[in-house]
Amino acid sequence: MEKILEINNLNKSFQDFALKDISFSLEPGYIMGFIGPNGAGKSTTIKLIMNLLKKDSGEIKIFGKDHVRYEKEIKEDIGFVYDQNHFYDNLSITDMTKILAPFYKKWDQARYLHYIEQFELPKHRLIKEFSKGMVMKYSLAVALSHQARFIIMDEPTAGLDPIIRSELLDILYEIIQDETASILFSTHITKDLDKIADYITFINRGNMVFSRPKDEILESYRVVKGDKNILTGAIRKKLIGLKEHGVGFEAMLATKDWDNSLQERVLIEPPNLEDIMIYTVREDRQNKIDS
Amino acid sequence: MRILISNLSQQPIYEQIVQQIRTMILQGELQEGAPLPSIRNLAKDLQISVITTKRAYEELEREGLIVTIASKGSFVAAQNKELLKERKLRIIEEKLIEVVKESRLLGLKEEEVQTMLEILFREVL
Repeated sequence: MEKILEINNLNKSFQDFALKDISFSLEPGYIMGFIGPNGAGKSTTIKLIMNLLKKDSGEIKIFGKDHVRYEKEIKEDIGFVYDQNHFYDNLSITDMTKILAPFYKKWDQARYLHYIEQFELPKHRLIKEFSKGMVMKYSLAVALSHQARFIIMDEPTAGLDPIIRSELLDILYEIIQDETASILFSTHITKDLDKIADYITFINRGNMVFSRPKDEILESYRVVKGDKNILTGAIRKKLIGLKEHGVGFEAMLATKDWDNSLQERVLIEPPNLEDIMIYTVREDRQNKIDS
Repeated sequence: MRILISNLSQQPIYEQIVQQIRTMILQGELQEGAPLPSIRNLAKDLQISVITTKRAYEELEREGLIVTIASKGSFVAAQNKELLKERKLRIIEEKLIEVVKESRLLGLKEEEVQTMLEILFREVL
């Protein structure tokens, strides 16, 4: 099947930051979490995908088509939801939608009204009186009403309470039910992704760390904790993001590097995505200091 | 049909699904031809990823317990009852072999293990 998104060797340099050789792809019917610490390059990548920034080199294809040459056509089928309110504050959503709807050929007013109802959005209050969660839901309602096949969400859950975040996850499941649409969900709050994400793309300091199925990633690592006296040179080398403290150590270990001598000498826990992000970034910083 | 997932369990989520559906099929709670929820629907209900439910269904297919028909969905496969029972017996046998080996390592006598089994049969629900 045709891929929703395909990025190959994407590069973009700024004075003090560079995105280097980013490559990943997304098939229809799945949710991809796009993670990394602040300043990793997540928003830059998304702006490049949306052609809001011009790339230096590399290839971006959306629905199998070049994202610049077919920009207009492609954008008809993209729903873009981001952190900031990009609507006119002094309008109600009813008036705002009157302005937005004509931009989309496939606008479905009945569907739009259905979502406004479902998301319990007030039709006549001014957008500036909306909470963050309401603005995000409105963005999603707009995206869903022009039958977007690719929903890009840049930090959609930042600043939202757990109830709305949980509602959002239900909506996202709804979107992928018919196997034609996909979602790219960028966030540094990985808790939401522990459950819902099918794939995780992780970037750090402008570089790819990995882009793989989430279950596979979670199975590839373990968090280990133990007494510092077991930290031999050989074991230290295998540990990722080692942190030593007064009464022991903690680190991450790739399951393929498991050492039987550790058996019964360490506490082993399955990691979540946050652990993987923290230990990986810490390891990267330690290496940077060493070299 | 009822599936309960524990996020605190050491057992991977896909295995929890496989085990529960397998039990329902083997115990006849799910009959031949019964439709299963679609992988995306099940993912939504359990609030887990599509890939996890997909993996669970693939495992059940490999075991011959369900069949998936393109654009129709997944169904409980026709079961050869004798074959099924044989397969389950083999699993039990393998587990018992483990028990025997471990018992020998500990120097336990056959009678001691039998007593243990008797107690367990009474106590485990």
